[in-house]
Amino acid sequence: MRFNRKDILGIREMGSDEIELILDTARSLRDIITRTIKKVPTLRGRTVVTLFYEPSTRTRTSFELAAKYMSADTVNISTSTSSVRKGETLKDTARTLEAMGAEMVIIRHPVAGAPHFLARNLRASVVNAGDGMHEHPTQALLDLFTIREKKKRLKGLKIAIVGDILHSRVARSNIWGLRKMGAEVVVSGPSTLLPPESATLGVKATHRVEEALEGADVVMVLRLQLERQRKGLFPTVREYTRYWGINRERLRLARDDALLMHPGPFNRGVEVSSDLVDGNQSVINKQVTNGVAVRMALLFLLLGGKPDEISR
Amino acid sequence: MKLVVKGGRVIDPGTGVDGLMDLRIEDGTIVEVGENLKPDAAKVIDATGKVVIPGLIDVHTHLREPGYEWKETIATGTRAAAAGGFTAVCCMPNTNPVLDNPGQVTYVLEKARREGKVAVYPIGCITKGSRGEELTEIGYLREAGVVGLSDDGLPVENAEVMRCALEYARMFNLPVISHCEDRHLAGDGVMNWGPASTAAGLKGIPASAEEVMVARDLILAAATGGRLHLAHISTAGSVRLVREAKRRGVAVTCEVTPHHLTLTDRFIQESGYDTNTKVNPPLRTDADVAALREGLADGTIDIIATDHAPHHTDDKEVEYNYAAFGISGLDTALPLMVTELVGGGYLTLNQLVEKMCLNPARVFGLSRGRIETGGRADLTIIDPEERRTVDVSRFYSLGKNSPFLGRELTGWPVVTIAAGVVVHGEGK
Ligand SMILES: [Zn+2]
Ligand SMILES: [Zn+2]
Repeated sequence: MRFNRKDILGIREMGSDEIELILDTARSLRDIITRTIKKVPTLRGRTVVTLFYEPSTRTRTSFELAAKYMSADTVNISTSTSSVRKGETLKDTARTLEAMGAEMVIIRHPVAGAPHFLARNLRASVVNAGDGMHEHPTQALLDLFTIREKKKRLKGLKIAIVGDILHSRVARSNIWGLRKMGAEVVVSGPSTLLPPESATLGVKATHRVEEALEGADVVMVLRLQLERQRKGLFPTVREYTRYWGINRERLRLARDDALLMHPGPFNRGVEVSSDLVDGNQSVINKQVTNGVAVRMALLFLLLGGKPDEISR
Repeated sequence: MKLVVKGGRVIDPGTGVDGLMDLRIEDGTIVEVGENLKPDAAKVIDATGKVVIPGLIDVHTHLREPGYEWKETIATGTRAAAAGGFTAVCCMPNTNPVLDNPGQVTYVLEKARREGKVAVYPIGCITKGSRGEELTEIGYLREAGVVGLSDDGLPVENAEVMRCALEYARMFNLPVISHCEDRHLAGDGVMNWGPASTAAGLKGIPASAEEVMVARDLILAAATGGRLHLAHISTAGSVRLVREAKRRGVAVTCEVTPHHLTLTDRFIQESGYDTNTKVNPPLRTDADVAALREGLADGTIDIIATDHAPHHTDDKEVEYNYAAFGISGLDTALPLMVTELVGGGYLTLNQLVEKMCLNPARVFGLSRGRIETGGRADLTIIDPEERRTVDVSRFYSLGKNSPFLGRELTGWPVVTIAAGVVVHGEGK
């Protein structure tokens, strides 16, 4: 299959064959990361801009490393170091990037749809590194990659996603991706943090976390944004942990070989107990490594690499 | 100026007329309605194959002047109204300063007299500064010329203030217009709350944010006997509440906008987060659109009003959350309604005229909206055949913020005559 997309804005618009191609490409590229000399000249001379309107060292570093391993040049623009903070509009920033000749822009933005706005206004490829509550497609791709690698398949698996589903772009992208790849998804959290009419997302929703965990192949725990408590969506962190925190006892409800995942950064002892983070079911560190591989694959495919070029 | 409008199908539900007829106009007045009128010295407007209706009346327009002249002015807004087939608009008071005293109202009326293309009827504030605390001088406002009261955009949160407004305005026979929105429930939402907001990842405004205020105001209207007019209702629940209240005899009327009758929340993501879809109340669901259309047809909803809310491109060419709420509607309202509602079989052309001329005049006490001898010569001539694509660069409004860009519509107004003067179209 050929990959011909200008932008990666969300998983929802993607076909399962496209997802498959990205995961396969990432598989071939991941070996580069484990080499001692981690550079391939594939994207030499190409310019990748990271444009971050929200702080996220984790995601930005992952993209930067991906670009560096492929020998691309990177330019970082973030809210604290540029005109972004001085109130330049996104439209004007887009014009500047266009004038700079950027070939790819990776954007993280607190408002859903900001990457779409940029994509409309730029010839460059735009990659959504998280927009508002909409999507975080590269996170979902690295999660799919990690699950597929461990479980050798995605189809037919039962995935429990636990936490603040309503506000989570990670949950959205994972739901679309997992559903497209044939997995079954159950979401759980306090009813004030579950989306309205969850069935329209193709998932089952329950406020009883035990029900979601029962027989799960993968337990994906979301980061709890503590400001939701201040908005009155749940009474206290203590009570949240009491009902939805994932601990060893609860994890036992899942399959014995169930994977524990978390997009990070985590609140130890809140949404997930500390021993589980470091335990043998946890693949949290694998997620980080795979994140770089998946992002390398996207840079490669978007900047016009042919899938067979890297298998050599 | 003397005019004879010849050969058109004249539709006026106010007088029960629907047939081929000629109209003679002299000095701003219709002096003769009949067949085969001789032109004499008058200028002839050939309306053969066209439909002649009373000039449209928009009861919910934001003209933005004074204070926001880069978004719209009285001159440009009324020019857009004329192009859209409107011969009168009621302008909302959320200008800067707001229209909360007789001096401000006089200023707008004076400006409109000099620069306006069509008649302008100001709406005054309910409360001083639209702060929701103390009533304005409603008597003086009435004397200055307001035809209704509203704190549009800023719902009157305090129920006691709303109760007093309904009670007091009743003495002056002014409708109190409520922008129904519970601001806590609406929060910082930017689109309708539901599956579409979940998928789009934007904060939702639930239907309940509108409906709890509709319910509250209906209860207050029933308790006081005051005249309540609900602005831009947008949900199936609101339609149900109003229908039930009308059945009980509550003095309530309400309006709906063309965009709430034709677009849904799914369009926001489909359009790639086009900020021209951002409006308050937000675009709702298919079920809401169906209920609104049904409410229009069965008389629950009295009026189609544009809530024309022009904005500068700088207010819209930004991220969705940062964009201003509002749709520029005067230029497209009529063809949109002819195409979608009449063309779709939801309303007859006669009913549409009722919703856009007759009922607006009745609810706001305006002596217009009919075609009769001795009446004011406000007429709109529609070409039911003309198909044209919506092109914002052809808008007369300064506000190019339309989500209907590229839609092919029929029923465009070809000539608008206000007080006997051609203000838009051929012969202007
Ligand atoms: Zn309003
Ligand atoms: Zn308004």
